Amino acid sequence: MFYIYCPYCGEHREEEEFHPKGQAHIERPKEPEACSDEEWGNYLFFRDNPRGVHHEMWVHAVGCRKFFNMTRHTVSYEILETYKMGEQPSITADSQAKPREAAAVSQQEGVRA
Amino acid sequence: MSNAATFDTRTDTAIPVESPLAYSYRRSGAPQAGGSSRLQLRERAMLGHLILRGGAIVLDEAVRDVLGLNLPGRPQTLVQDASGERSIQWLSPDEWLVIVPGGEEFPLETKLREHLGSAHFAISDVSGGQTLLEISGEAARELLMKTVIYDVHPSNFPVGKGVTTVFAKATTIIRRPSEDRWELVVRRSFADYCYRWLLDAGAEFGVNVQQ
Ligand SMILES: [Zn+2]
Repeated sequence: MFYIYCPYCGEHREEEEFHPKGQAHIERPKEPEACSDEEWGNYLFFRDNPRGVHHEMWVHAVGCRKFFNMTRHTVSYEILETYKMGEQPSITADSQAKPREAAAVSQQEGVRA
Repeated sequence: MSNAATFDTRTDTAIPVESPLAYSYRRSGAPQAGGSSRLQLRERAMLGHLILRGGAIVLDEAVRDVLGLNLPGRPQTLVQDASGERSIQWLSPDEWLVIVPGGEEFPLETKLREHLGSAHFAISDVSGGQTLLEISGEAARELLMKTVIYDVHPSNFPVGKGVTTVFAKATTIIRRPSEDRWELVVRRSFADYCYRWLLDAGAEFGVNVQQ
């Protein structure tokens, strides 16, 4: 059971009030008629399925009924942040990877010492 | 004045008008626990409900001039006039619920439309689509605790707050206009279900239904 912070309501609410709506930040091609079949097919049907940090769209269906974005870890299910439509995530797979590498290095150093 | 087609949903003709709970009173009755009651339930039927949509700044100016109330800008807030008869509630960053005594909604809508002119806004009269149930008494909060997923503890739900949440699996607006009173705004199609839920859940507190 998630306890989700709605960036529009400004408070945490039960998951029962929300619906997930798939991958976030998918941009419709500006000129669909200029797309190749492959580009259009990728836009319509193909979605990321990462192991780790994922950006998703959710809707506060019973509540303010606004869509917003969520950064979630697909292994631990941990919600790392939620943010409004039109905003960019502050946590990404890259930003998450760096501190882990740093931690791994410091551990190795610890072993050496 | 916008060129939207409007009409007064209250007719002058002698068509009998029934509250959303008319059927429920016939089917489930209106229990009276008398002196031992710790819970009062009352429908405030036939009020005027308007949904305002648009930018907060233009709507605020309009409702201040027309209704004499500030538009609540902060999420989950509810403002009322001195009598408590008229209220505006934040529903979403661009949506507010106005509740006024029955019959005032059409003149209010007309005045707001005149005031807003060509601004980008929408006003919908939803009076026929929902109704307001009022619960009070010492067990009112206990009843809500059995029923809603939202935290109704006073530290999280002070007077002047209103939220849209899940009430016994139905979407319901829950508001707290005063210390000892809670209001539920339920959809007309869910009114009978909610009423019967309240009677069932309120039985242990000796629910008293005022008609
Ligand atoms: Zn929300």
